[in-house]
Amino acid sequence: MEKIYNLPESLIDVSTHYCPGCGHGIVHRIICEVIDELNIRQKIIGVAPIGCAVIAYKYWDFDCCEAAHGRALAVATGIKRVRPANIVFTYQGDGDLAAIGCAETIHAANRGENLTTIFINNAIYGMTGGQMAPTTLLTQKTATTPAGRDAKLEGYPLKISELLAQLEGVAYIERTSTDSPKAVLITKKAIKEAFQNQIDGKGFSMVEVLSPCPTYWGLKPVDAVKWMREVMIKEFPLGRIK
Amino acid sequence: MIYNFKTMPKVKINRERCKGCQLCLIYCPKGLIEKDKNLNKKGIQPLVFRNGECNGCKFCAIICPDGAVEIYK
Ligand SMILES: Cc1ncc(C[n+]2csc(CCOP(=O)(O)OP(=O)(O)O)c2C)c(N)n1
Ligand code: SF4
Repeated sequence: MEKIYNLPESLIDVSTHYCPGCGHGIVHRIICEVIDELNIRQKIIGVAPIGCAVIAYKYWDFDCCEAAHGRALAVATGIKRVRPANIVFTYQGDGDLAAIGCAETIHAANRGENLTTIFINNAIYGMTGGQMAPTTLLTQKTATTPAGRDAKLEGYPLKISELLAQLEGVAYIERTSTDSPKAVLITKKAIKEAFQNQIDGKGFSMVEVLSPCPTYWGLKPVDAVKWMREVMIKEFPLGRIK
Repeated sequence: MIYNFKTMPKVKINRERCKGCQLCLIYCPKGLIEKDKNLNKKGIQPLVFRNGECNGCKFCAIICPDGAVEIYK
């Protein structure tokens, strides 16, 4: 018997610390699949965030660096400018990229840094215990919005991808999801394009991946993907934004 | 129609790696994945593949957040 489905070589074959049904594990794997397919493992440098993916480098068998909370794109800018022949990407959650790191994100994108960003939008802060993120949906209950997010008090879900798409330095932005096998394949295609853009020197590329956090959404993993399809994707429509 | 199960793709789920999220179970178009009655070392019910008309679509492997699925043919 021949193996017809293999884990990518760039992925370290260990059990992760992620909760059951967490989207981080899916996205870690497809990033590795893309790196293997593009044959760039010797050139890649990943920048891990602060958030549940803080130890992403324990699962990736290629060079990685850790950045302070929100500063992944500032660190990546430094790495890419000093080592332009390397392929540099950041992997960031919504708290990291869109809250504390909002300034770094906007300026790196506006400078048109030739970087790739994988932005994991799970509409919540996972690592610290389920507090509201800028991307939390209206009426969504979190540890800091126990009655549900209220626009009058906490504002509206931040559409960072749509914001960044306005900037001239940005080459490519797409929003995808991990709620089904088909959605995962679309995400993989988008991530591949984002890496290819950097190889071709096109400038800043970002893929926003909607990803379940069943633990702090208070849902079973199978209900979490259902919620994504029925509620989350309506607020964050999928597709190419730029 | 007679199926030859010997030549059909076979899914192998790493029972110690599996966290029991059941995403493979809901997405298998042929309903060939079920919960194991016995717990694994993590103390959860892992998913198991039951032999049947697997069409090799790989949906289970593509959705698995834990890289616990291998497929053979
Ligand atoms: C400077 C600083 N401020 C605050 C924190 C606390 N902190 C750790 S992770 C996190 C938010 C993580 O949320 P997100 O980026 O959405 O990632 P997730 O855990 O959901 O994957 C915060 C606020 C920190 N580590 N450092
Ligand atoms: S808290 Fe949420 S984001 Fe963090 S590992 Fe668990 S499911 Fe994933």
